[in-house]
Amino acid sequence: MLSQKDAIFTNLYGRQEWRLPGAKKRGDWDRTQAAFAQGQEWVIQEIMASGLRGRGGAGFPTGRKWSFMAKDDGITPRYLIINADESEPGTCKDRDILRYEPHKLIEGALLAGFAIGAHTGYIYIRGEFYREAEHLEIAIREAYEAGLLGKNAASSGWDFDLYVHRGAGAYICGEETALLESLEGRKGMPRLKPPFPALVGLYGCPTIVNNVETIAVVPTILRRGASWFASLGTPNNTGTKIFCLSGHVNTPCNVEEVMGIPLKELIEKYGGGVRGGWDNLLAVIPGGSSVPLLPKDICEMVLMDFTSLANVKSGLGTAGVIVMDKSTDIVRAIARLSKFYMHESCGQCTPCREGTGWVWRMLVRLADGLGTIKDIDRLEEVTYQIEGHTICALGEAAAWPVQGLVRHFRPELERRLGVQ
Amino acid sequence: MKKSAPKKDRSASSSSIEDLKTFSFSKENEERVEEIIKRYPKGRQASAILPLFDLAQRQCGGWLPKSAIEKITERLGVSLIRGYEVATFYTMFNLNPVGRYHLQICGTTPCMLRGSEDLKRVCQRHLGIECKETTEDGLFTLSEVECIGACVNAPAIQINDDYYEDLTEESFLKLLKDLEAGLEVKPGSVLGRQGSAPLEKESPC
Amino acid sequence: MPKLLIDGKEIEVSEDVTVLQAAEMLGIEIPVFCYHPKLSIAGNCRMCLVEMEKSPKPIASCAMPVCEGMVIHTQTPMVKKARQGVLEFLLINHPLDCPICDQGGECDLQDITVAYGGDSSRFGLNKRAVPDKDFGPLIETAMNRCIHCTRCIRFATEIAGVPELGATGRGEEMEIGTYIQKAITSELSGNMIDICPVGALTSKPYNFQGRSWELSHTPSIDVLDAVGSAIRIDTRGREVMRILPRQNDNVNEDWISDKTRFACDGLKYQRLDRPYVRGKDGRLHAVSWHEAFDVIADRLQHVPGDHIAAIAGDMMDAEAMVALKDLMMALGSPHMDCRQEGVRTGVGPRCSYLFNTTIAGIERADFCLLIGTSPRWEAPLINARIRKNYLFTGLPVALIGHFHEQGYPLDHLGNDPFLLERIMKGKHPICAALKAAKNPMMIVGQGALRREDGNIILSLARHIADKYEFVHKTKSHSFEYWNGFNVLQTVASRVGGLDLGFLPGPNGYAVGEIIQAIRRKKIEVLYLLGTDEIEMKLLKSAFVIYQGHHGDRGAAIADVVLPGAAYTEKDGTYVNTEGRIQRGLKAVSPPGEAKEDWKIIKALSERLGFEFSYNTLDEIRERLVEINPLFDEIDCVQRTQWREFGQEGVLCSDPFRPTIKNFYMTDSISRHSVTMARCTQEILADKQRVSSYD
Repeated sequence: MLSQKDAIFTNLYGRQEWRLPGAKKRGDWDRTQAAFAQGQEWVIQEIMASGLRGRGGAGFPTGRKWSFMAKDDGITPRYLIINADESEPGTCKDRDILRYEPHKLIEGALLAGFAIGAHTGYIYIRGEFYREAEHLEIAIREAYEAGLLGKNAASSGWDFDLYVHRGAGAYICGEETALLESLEGRKGMPRLKPPFPALVGLYGCPTIVNNVETIAVVPTILRRGASWFASLGTPNNTGTKIFCLSGHVNTPCNVEEVMGIPLKELIEKYGGGVRGGWDNLLAVIPGGSSVPLLPKDICEMVLMDFTSLANVKSGLGTAGVIVMDKSTDIVRAIARLSKFYMHESCGQCTPCREGTGWVWRMLVRLADGLGTIKDIDRLEEVTYQIEGHTICALGEAAAWPVQGLVRHFRPELERRLGVQ
Repeated sequence: MKKSAPKKDRSASSSSIEDLKTFSFSKENEERVEEIIKRYPKGRQASAILPLFDLAQRQCGGWLPKSAIEKITERLGVSLIRGYEVATFYTMFNLNPVGRYHLQICGTTPCMLRGSEDLKRVCQRHLGIECKETTEDGLFTLSEVECIGACVNAPAIQINDDYYEDLTEESFLKLLKDLEAGLEVKPGSVLGRQGSAPLEKESPC
Repeated sequence: MPKLLIDGKEIEVSEDVTVLQAAEMLGIEIPVFCYHPKLSIAGNCRMCLVEMEKSPKPIASCAMPVCEGMVIHTQTPMVKKARQGVLEFLLINHPLDCPICDQGGECDLQDITVAYGGDSSRFGLNKRAVPDKDFGPLIETAMNRCIHCTRCIRFATEIAGVPELGATGRGEEMEIGTYIQKAITSELSGNMIDICPVGALTSKPYNFQGRSWELSHTPSIDVLDAVGSAIRIDTRGREVMRILPRQNDNVNEDWISDKTRFACDGLKYQRLDRPYVRGKDGRLHAVSWHEAFDVIADRLQHVPGDHIAAIAGDMMDAEAMVALKDLMMALGSPHMDCRQEGVRTGVGPRCSYLFNTTIAGIERADFCLLIGTSPRWEAPLINARIRKNYLFTGLPVALIGHFHEQGYPLDHLGNDPFLLERIMKGKHPICAALKAAKNPMMIVGQGALRREDGNIILSLARHIADKYEFVHKTKSHSFEYWNGFNVLQTVASRVGGLDLGFLPGPNGYAVGEIIQAIRRKKIEVLYLLGTDEIEMKLLKSAFVIYQGHHGDRGAAIADVVLPGAAYTEKDGTYVNTEGRIQRGLKAVSPPGEAKEDWKIIKALSERLGFEFSYNTLDEIRERLVEINPLFDEIDCVQRTQWREFGQEGVLCSDPFRPTIKNFYMTDSISRHSVTMARCTQEILADKQRVSSYD
């Protein structure tokens, strides 16, 4: 359980001032130069030692990602991109950082930019977050005026410019290479990898793309030390994390907690419990819509971290916890997610373009009681036909929730056959 | 209230009737255009296409006419078809006029679990419009959108730039009536929640 | 160089090779839809997935660069499943209309489904319907069949240089289309039909005309411009059904121009299928070959040899020209010319009239100066090479001449011949770039040469080439050999005619003088060998023999018409603008009583009592070699010696004029093509409308 002194996002709910003076009172921009004095390599090592894993869903170790950055040739510009295209259903954590803790993000951007040798950063924020972008713009202006950005930012000797770039409505732009395409002024269609952005990224230059939450925790880690961060949570799943509790809980909310907190504790303590009591629980999607759901019996014990959730064939993803009680039509709930993926498929590669629509239509038919027993197998097979065959991870994201449904709720699917 | 269905066809040639004949940025926006283009390295001005489309859409009252696409692509040195690809790819660009209030109901699962379907019904009953339709008085356009990222404040709806959260059928109906009456409405949680904090039953606020 | 294992076979290849290409080298087939060797890699169809050890997911082999120690499997259950899965997805929304689809029988989707697909469909829902698009008079669309491989978009953007095609919308609503429904404004648009792996883009003129398995294929050479593109003539019975490109990376790569492809319907109309003689009533009357020859023999009886002249046309094969040259010499006439439009250049050394850089060589250039030319219309495939270089290296291109959009940025220096003098004297801003270039090239077009001062311009161009080292003379034997001086010919027969000396002999008349001599009655008999581009009323007073395949301008004023063969109807040798000697093959017989051209001249010569050394095709080809040994080397380009040419003199200040007014109609075949007429109407007219609107 997280003690108040270990919380990083102390203004998560915006109860205090989000502008620069308020942020400084909470400790932001405190001794920022100290990290610069230690050098780039030290920053990367600290982040590696802290065990910080990307908070955008995939959970890739941040320090290692930074270390992949192409060697600096002194000519080619390098870029830091902050992925604020938060669109994963069930997830709204970055929104709070953007509107109430923007200075944590900006300070983190400066430090991360320094670590990877970038003098320019772009924050790609989803277009719908118009008010959040306004806060961010104001905060950046404040930072420039206070000398915290621009030439010799925060008296560090490092020049760093930071810009906000608003998206325009496309979930796929949360995929890092689609984001780069979008930022370059094209459709957000994911690129083929390799090459990875750390070698060939924005405008063909070495680029690191990190999630908002990942970057926003960097200043605190550097100030309080890697060992402090690593002491929180469970091995390989260190630190704190913002969890989003949505769906059928009594008090939906965002909350910062340690990694590895039991799911049940999270729901009971912060979500005010499942609507109608724990026994009324049907299933939980623990990490944003892209991960397979968990039925109640698994929810009893499972811990909220990457390893534990992978062990039960799900994932921590973005830690967007969607709770569904027994009143839920689980087939329709998952079918609606399939519709989401169909709508958000960029259309570039075959399995996703053709498969997501097929899956959605089959699920709707099953929900409507028009399916046959063969349809259930076909549905599952088609998801495996999408998974692993696409350019980006949207294929998996579209397949996994449906696979979870078939895995844990096959009897429910069978019960509906031929009803109508 | 009666409804009028806007054309669903997105091919550029078919919306020409409603097209603004010529588009140019206002003097004030012209300065913003310059400022936006400067954010990107030299020769990479194509990056400004999303911000400029957005700026043009705001200037045109919520939709992006063909003439604006043409002006902007020419200015950025992007071919017309690439600009049109972008305009049709991103859902926030409206290629046909929309009402003064663009009701964008989030329909994805977290909001659906907490009643977004009910909100749609309110629109159907009270305004008499379905998705992608505009009321005859031009006040409201209804769209179902995908996750708008306010899941812990579900169900949520975006009206133009603002989010309205924790809605119920009743509170949404009141919101619509207030908008119709021209009253000022306060964005955010209708329950008075502070951001994404849990609702505290004892002291709501 | 990395070594890798594919299906147990080891291969060592360079780093820039992809897994797919390495597999190809080993003869291992991997099915593809979106991949095309001449286009950028899209990786979107996912058909080429293969298994890579240590990777949990299959990889797209078309996009994966090889690396040391890679182990690839292309035949495992994982790969088989992936392929079946992708094919099933492609087919769920693909209509089952193969029986009425023109692509049927030569469809990648059909072939690959048979080879790698499942045996039945599991899709029971409605298929997607997509509205068809209007891409103009050449391309028929059936967008339901589109599998979104984006080859056409990449072709238009990369090769053709007209970014007019795109994919709008997203997800399953993504559609291929243009911004506004209009014809694609490219002279290469027909190639999209070839690269479309399904029947979404098919040939509009060929729509529902035939099935691929009914056709016979003949490899041949195109004669509608001087590029000499490699083509395949598809015939059914005696009819040419369509023309397709053959791959020749030295010349046309995988592409042909729209004129080359679509003008072939002109072969069906207005053909000369029997001899005619003009009667006393002033009209042409059908006669037998004997009668026609008798009329000619009678007329020639009382005419001295030097009162006879011959002009060879633009699409003539070398064999016919050499036969006519022999006949003229036997008759005692030095008056012959193969430059019907009256250009005076071409009499100098070979390097003065060839495209010395070679077409493939364009890719090595680092500066390009265009003088009085629009390669886009005069030689679309040469223009495609220039664009290719621009795309890969950013080749700077400058133009002196009439401005015409080329599909890449042009630095238009102006349209004033005196600019050449300023460049020669080093008094123009462009000189710095010329000096800095390592491999500069210039293309002197017919617009610069078809004028009184053509030879003076040629000489100026040579001086510029010398001054700025367009020719690396010292390294003539090394790999770095470079000759950047180029004349762009626009007609197929020209270089052959010049190489064979189909030119005025001692005291002989060139075309302009022949015309004057006709007025002065110094020329009484004129032999037109497929010559249709002269102001015919100037020739009327002579006794005109017209030999050719179309009832076009020449036949209209002729006194005797001898029906010859079009390029699809004869075996012929052609020399392209690079000096590449190539052979076209006969695909069908000439219509009616028409004959192959050299045979007509040979028969006429015999009737006139002359005996030549050749009776067969092989023998006349020996005669070609006898006149010019170059004709012994087929399909290759001989390096030329850099020598002096041109003429010093005073420039005329007239601006350079465009050579071609209408790309789609430049000769007697394309002028009679219904398709080319449609293009003229819809594409050119549309363009003019658009430009006036701008």
